[in-house]
Amino acid sequence: MYTPSKQEAAKILRQMMEIRQFEDKIMELLAKNIAEGGSHLYAGMEAVAVGVISSLNSDDYITSTHRGHGHAIAKDGDLNALMAEILGKKTGVCKGKGGSLHLADLNKGNLGANGIVAGGLGIATGAALALKMQKSSKIVVCFFGDGALNNGITHECMNMASLWKLPVLYLCENNLYAMSVCINRACSVKDFRKRAAAYDMPADIVDGMDVLAVKEAAIKWINYVRSGNGPCLLVCNTYRYYGHSRSDPRVYRTKEEEKFYKERDPIPNFAKICIQNGWLTEQEVKDIESQVTKAIEEATDFAIKSPLPDPEELYSDLYV
Amino acid sequence: MREITYRQALNEALDEEMSRDEKVFLMGEDIAIYGGAYGVTAGLLNKYGEERVKDTPISEAAIVGTGLGAALLGFRPVVEIMYIDFIGLCMDQLNNQVAKIRYMFGGKCKVPLTIRTEGGAGRTLGAHHSQSLEAWLMHIPGIKVVMPATPADAKGLLKTSIREDNPIVFIEHKMLYNTKGPVPDGEYLTPIGVADIKKEGRDVTILTYSRMLLFSLQAAEILEKEGISVEVVDLRTLLPLDKQTIKKSVMKTNRVVIVEEDTKTAGAGAEIGMTVVEECFDYLDAPIKRVAGADVPMPKAPNLEKLAIPSVESIIEGVKEVLK
Repeated sequence: MYTPSKQEAAKILRQMMEIRQFEDKIMELLAKNIAEGGSHLYAGMEAVAVGVISSLNSDDYITSTHRGHGHAIAKDGDLNALMAEILGKKTGVCKGKGGSLHLADLNKGNLGANGIVAGGLGIATGAALALKMQKSSKIVVCFFGDGALNNGITHECMNMASLWKLPVLYLCENNLYAMSVCINRACSVKDFRKRAAAYDMPADIVDGMDVLAVKEAAIKWINYVRSGNGPCLLVCNTYRYYGHSRSDPRVYRTKEEEKFYKERDPIPNFAKICIQNGWLTEQEVKDIESQVTKAIEEATDFAIKSPLPDPEELYSDLYV
Repeated sequence: MREITYRQALNEALDEEMSRDEKVFLMGEDIAIYGGAYGVTAGLLNKYGEERVKDTPISEAAIVGTGLGAALLGFRPVVEIMYIDFIGLCMDQLNNQVAKIRYMFGGKCKVPLTIRTEGGAGRTLGAHHSQSLEAWLMHIPGIKVVMPATPADAKGLLKTSIREDNPIVFIEHKMLYNTKGPVPDGEYLTPIGVADIKKEGRDVTILTYSRMLLFSLQAAEILEKEGISVEVVDLRTLLPLDKQTIKKSVMKTNRVVIVEEDTKTAGAGAEIGMTVVEECFDYLDAPIKRVAGADVPMPKAPNLEKLAIPSVESIIEGVKEVLK
């Protein structure tokens, strides 16, 4: 098992709590119609984003997905600017023009969430091509869901990356459902590692509900990619606690299944491990939690009070 | 002035920009060893090496998508989609990613990506290798659509496209590669979004672009002998359209014929014509006439292929119609 330092453990716990509370808050704002439109929530999957991104250098790159809030927060995104973006406000990280589906933070190395399933594969692979041409030691982590495995560009990019030995880690977040369709009803190959074999790249699978397990695997495969070996595929088995989006009644899965994964909630489980191992005291865990609650409240307040973009913004930023 | 082919002009543009800026690199199907399906990239592999002249797998979506990723990190990729007919395979990347990313991200990135492709009929290649799909692309805010007709414009516009910080779709025409024309020696750039009056005239304006410019100029020459003075405007860029030049010409001649190779319904000419209506309706003395491609998939048979696109004769007829 990966053993974090006290500081590391605190950061991992804090970021996972930030993501969870951020998502719970958005659900609340959606219910109150303060947040309009849709939002795909990352709650339940925190161990994946935090386990992987905390193992990267700050100047490494990621591409994200339609369920991208967790990646943006883990990539040290500013909570205020992220919350404001989701509400379409001028102070948002994309000036209110992107929204939940298009959170991007280029200064932080986040090349963007994406409204198209598998939409980030090309960007990630191209960024990796650029890094290779620059002889850079940076890498790209390309997050995508189980649904994206069945999209054409995924195969085009994996083939190209393996052929050209590009520094990209393909990170499949397998949360079992592509909207409503279970992987058993969508994927001819159930063991996703076999997909990588088709492109002659290594693959690994890990429990995505266990942040230390994710981190251990991430460190290993990030190191593999950074060493110039080319791409690899890391599958993280995980679960989203909310439905696909706000209007999803979740008829395609059982209460028992949801309960099974709720019992394996990565956040209290990790908190418990931290206390058991003496990395954090019970009081420290509570303090982190209340600091996060405060930060999320502040971000929400900031976002709600922020103005909408000016009307002139309609036509700006289209061309350079 | 020296005369070179459209193909050579394009090759010079790529060569000059690659030698000027090491951030420029080329990627596409059969562009390296083979030198491009139409030979535009010939010789560049030997000069710049395979790092900067890359043969790719047949993966159009990944070609455009990785071009975008590399552009976001500061490169100036020039990617080639061998036939515009294949653009459907990368339309999501083009429409949803390349065109929108800067706007969606609040202007916090630039996309200096050039997508070279070629289209048009004339080689009896049938329905999958002869289309003119520029209208699809004109409907995408966030990109620019450039369609040069002459060797000089091809070179100047390609160089400008490569230096642009916006994504450009640069559409060549397969029947123009062997055409020759005067091309200045040395460095020059041709501005994007600026039309060019290729022939001045008084009685009627032809608005056209790409290969149809050549047909239109032939028609104008014949009409001139019959005493009809035709002004031929080469639009050169379809997005954005040069409304000023269009307006100026229409205000002079008061009559408009649009000559376009693409299929007529919801084609490029519909937008061009409506622009004329919006900008200078009061100056029109006759309804606008479209001489356009037939609304059919491109047939193989050489006689049918010719019938499916405008001809010098049909352009002449169109001009006479607006003069009635």
